Amino acid sequence: MIEAVNLCKRFHDKKRGEVRAVDNVSFICRPGKIYGLLGANGAGKTTTLRMLATILEPTDGTARLCGYDVVENPERVRANCGFLSTATALYPRLTAQELVEYFGRLNGLDSVTLKKRIDEIFARLDMNEFRDRQCDKLSTGMKQKTSIARTLVHDPPVMIFDEPTSGLDVMTARSIVEFIRECRDRGKTVIFSTHVMSEVEKLCDIVGIIADGKLLAEGTLAELRQKHGETDLEEIFVKIVAPHHRAEEKL
Amino acid sequence: MGMRNIGIVYRKELTEALRDRRTLITTFLVPLLMIPLLGSGFVTVMSTVLGNAKKEKPLVMVVGGTDSPALLAALREYPKMIIVPTTPDWQHKIIEKDLRMAIEVPPEFDENLKKGKAGTININIYGGEIKSELAAGSLEGYLKEYRDGITVKRLEANHLPGDLLKPFDVKRQSIAPPQKVAAAFAGGIISYMLILMCLQGAMSPAIDLTAGEKERGTIETILSSPISRTHLVLGKFLLVLTAALITTMLLLISVSVSSTVLQDSHILDQLSDEGQPPPHFSLGPKAIGSVVIMAIPLSVLFSSGLMTIALFAKSHKEAQSYIAPLMFVVVIPAIAAMIPGMDLTPKLAIVPLLNVSLLCKELVSGDYHWNYIALIFLSTSVYAAGALYLAVKMFQRESVLFRS
Repeated sequence: MIEAVNLCKRFHDKKRGEVRAVDNVSFICRPGKIYGLLGANGAGKTTTLRMLATILEPTDGTARLCGYDVVENPERVRANCGFLSTATALYPRLTAQELVEYFGRLNGLDSVTLKKRIDEIFARLDMNEFRDRQCDKLSTGMKQKTSIARTLVHDPPVMIFDEPTSGLDVMTARSIVEFIRECRDRGKTVIFSTHVMSEVEKLCDIVGIIADGKLLAEGTLAELRQKHGETDLEEIFVKIVAPHHRAEEKL
Repeated sequence: MGMRNIGIVYRKELTEALRDRRTLITTFLVPLLMIPLLGSGFVTVMSTVLGNAKKEKPLVMVVGGTDSPALLAALREYPKMIIVPTTPDWQHKIIEKDLRMAIEVPPEFDENLKKGKAGTININIYGGEIKSELAAGSLEGYLKEYRDGITVKRLEANHLPGDLLKPFDVKRQSIAPPQKVAAAFAGGIISYMLILMCLQGAMSPAIDLTAGEKERGTIETILSSPISRTHLVLGKFLLVLTAALITTMLLLISVSVSSTVLQDSHILDQLSDEGQPPPHFSLGPKAIGSVVIMAIPLSVLFSSGLMTIALFAKSHKEAQSYIAPLMFVVVIPAIAAMIPGMDLTPKLAIVPLLNVSLLCKELVSGDYHWNYIALIFLSTSVYAAGALYLAVKMFQRESVLFRS
């Protein structure tokens, strides 16, 4: 379960002055559901997800993951979530197994549990062939599998994916989409951000549309379609976001 | 829980560091090979140059003096130079270093000598050039002897005792133990190397574990794990500290070994004056041990300082451009400590880096002022703690971690 309550993030920028990267965003994601955060580049998706993963601290408002507050108890929050993005790289000089072990230990697993988990995950993701290869010698697909293994090693109830498929080839992207679906089927709470409409249509139980740091619309695909009188998600997205773009252009 | 997490980070960073060629070279290879080679190379060259200068028979011209056969005969008798035929361009030849010196004899020297108003013999040399200086020094001594001989003859001719004008003798003699004589020199170089190596050893891992982590994009990965940022930075710091200490330790061992080898090879004999014992470097276990103790707070200071600076950078390259000027700044106190007469005072004992350098000088010469050792250890520890605190604080700042 994720509850975001009036999340705000303001930065100071030398040229632009105060920037509201995330502006009063609230939403709820439930276990066994996939929440999709849809928005253009710079809309505030990454900042929102980073605040949920406690990598950034909210300027105002807060969020709770599995009941733990991101401001008051960030370490417990991180222990209960897996965070995956195209920016979360692997340590090049560790082998795939060492890397997953490292994150398992940081999550407090003892050696016996850790070994069991790793054997299980490596078998499931078909990683045994390259488990002793250094990460800088892995192919993109292998790296992606290792990243997935890293987020799964402590079996977290919440999964956060920040543009997980951007820059990946079709096959690797497909395996990620497959993995996200699997997380939901295992009853995890899943939130992921994207600017790809088709991914949202394929995956999301609930969609949140974000622009300029604000959550402009939220609902199931069916609800959004009904409310805006369009079937195509792209049309709906443009209808919702366009007024904001115009406002910005005037500035 | 905290110690466990710091240990996990440390072990992981160690695994990675041992697989990083750059870190391995700067931590192990540089102090083990470069420094002894450079250091002993420098000393050997210096010693050989000095030795050659002492052995060389300088070429000399005598300008004038054709009317003073007695003086000319005396000059020819002097075995430590070769008189070549005089040419008018002797000044040019000295400047070109084809000639070491020219002896200018005033006209009618012999004649005027008898009258008691002989004037001045000028020795023209290339000032500051070691071979010229050495030749002039020894000739001066010889001419003074010649003058004294004339004085004695004159006194005796007047039935006066020969030592009338020399009622007593003055002689200079060094009773300082040989290792103290060499210490100012050796201690200065060792503290210079200590500071440079200590910084150098910490540099590569300090950059790799901060800016390198940003550059590779692993910073977000590690920050999303449950470890607290304080534990994370402490684990990293301990690895950087380990590298700095290993580098320093290896440096001291290799300096100690190569100085012993130099000592036994008699290369150093040329560095001392004739008849004096050769300089002696005492780098016994006690001196090394005390330098190592000083190296601990120094390494903490450098490790955390470098991590703080490198954390600002977004890439290896950027971090290096921040740190490169630092290499020059830190050696200034080390060079200052080499200035003769620069000795430890209570005030200087709290000046960072300079205090360690000055202490090194004393330790190598075998002086152990325990109150200074304690004071310097303490003050350096305070600076080190400050730098570490700063590094931990910096690691909590989003604007530093995610600088764009």
